Amino acid sequence: MTSLKEFTKGFVKENPVFVMALGLCPTLAVTTSVINAIGMGLAATFVLVFSNMFISLIKNLIPSKIRIPAFIVVIASFVTIVDMVMYAYLPAIHKSLGLFIPLIVVNCIILGRAEAFASKNNVFNSILDGLGMGLGFTLALVVIGSIREILGAGQLLGFNVLPETYKPMLIAILAPGAFIVMGLLMGLMNLKKKK
Amino acid sequence: MEFVGKILFMAVMAIFVQNFVLMRFLGLCPYIGVSKKLDSALGMGMAVIFVMTMASTFTWLIYTYLLVPLHIEFLQTIAFILTIASLVQLVEMVIQKTAPALYKSLGVFLPLITTNCAVLGVAILNIQSEYNFIFAILNGLFGGIGFTLVLILMAGIRERLERAELPSSMKGMPISMIVAGSMALAFLGFAGLKF
Repeated sequence: MTSLKEFTKGFVKENPVFVMALGLCPTLAVTTSVINAIGMGLAATFVLVFSNMFISLIKNLIPSKIRIPAFIVVIASFVTIVDMVMYAYLPAIHKSLGLFIPLIVVNCIILGRAEAFASKNNVFNSILDGLGMGLGFTLALVVIGSIREILGAGQLLGFNVLPETYKPMLIAILAPGAFIVMGLLMGLMNLKKKK
Repeated sequence: MEFVGKILFMAVMAIFVQNFVLMRFLGLCPYIGVSKKLDSALGMGMAVIFVMTMASTFTWLIYTYLLVPLHIEFLQTIAFILTIASLVQLVEMVIQKTAPALYKSLGVFLPLITTNCAVLGVAILNIQSEYNFIFAILNGLFGGIGFTLVLILMAGIRERLERAELPSSMKGMPISMIVAGSMALAFLGFAGLKF
């Protein structure tokens, strides 16, 4: 029962993006389309699950003074694996995500979960926590990506979803749109929480 | 003369047209987190300029004279993040010894900079764009200045927002995102600059 809670808390209640406002840079940068959002979300989920698992396994071996550098090295190794795998098998997404794949290393969500959860809990719960948080992150990216793609291109996953007469608001895909959509969504979350 | 022109071009590109925060979405966490007060924004900005310049210098040297000759370029991410982390630690110790007053004002921000994606971002961008040594350093310097500029502007706006009447669900993070969106809109105007 508690394990299930570790898994599902990342979806809405402790959603890393909307509630805790972590990992903003990739959130805003890659959500110009849904497909990019999914790619980024799954890459981060992979890193999150494996770094959580690994850190939970070695947590008793690391002296607490150097734990942060040790965590970063673990995370960076898994990011390098993701980077190379995506380059080999998904070159199109790898190209459009570009700089933001190596930058998963400094995504605060991953280091945050390592420090706050994996370094204190057992392996099984750490994996569930990583998976839940990763999927919550993916969910947030897909929501923002869908809104921006529908408003900015009139499409969803590359298919036209709005009538021909709709004039795409290019601004939603450009940088300012990302900030404004994000701000409004956070406001909505606050409004919902208060009710 | 051509050299000076190139440097000026690069400064305008890095500070305004391709601003790290508003256009490339790098370093958003400190941008939102440390922009509540003007003086702490100034301190953070100075620390970031310093670390970005140093990081550009050292990561370029390490990549060119260590990773390339040994054919281990795939370790780039790990090597860079370790360089940055140890650099920040070193800078912190040196400042603490030599300039205690400066340390007092920058101290709290220095550890935060390790996970600022603008720093790792500029290091990777320098390598991807195949800049030479001088331009890599300058890219770090101008990138840091651009970061500081928008951070200070944001802090100025937020100090006034404190007294503005807002719907309570929009207070804090949401309105900051909207303000950032409007700033990005203004900065989008620089994209029309032609040389």
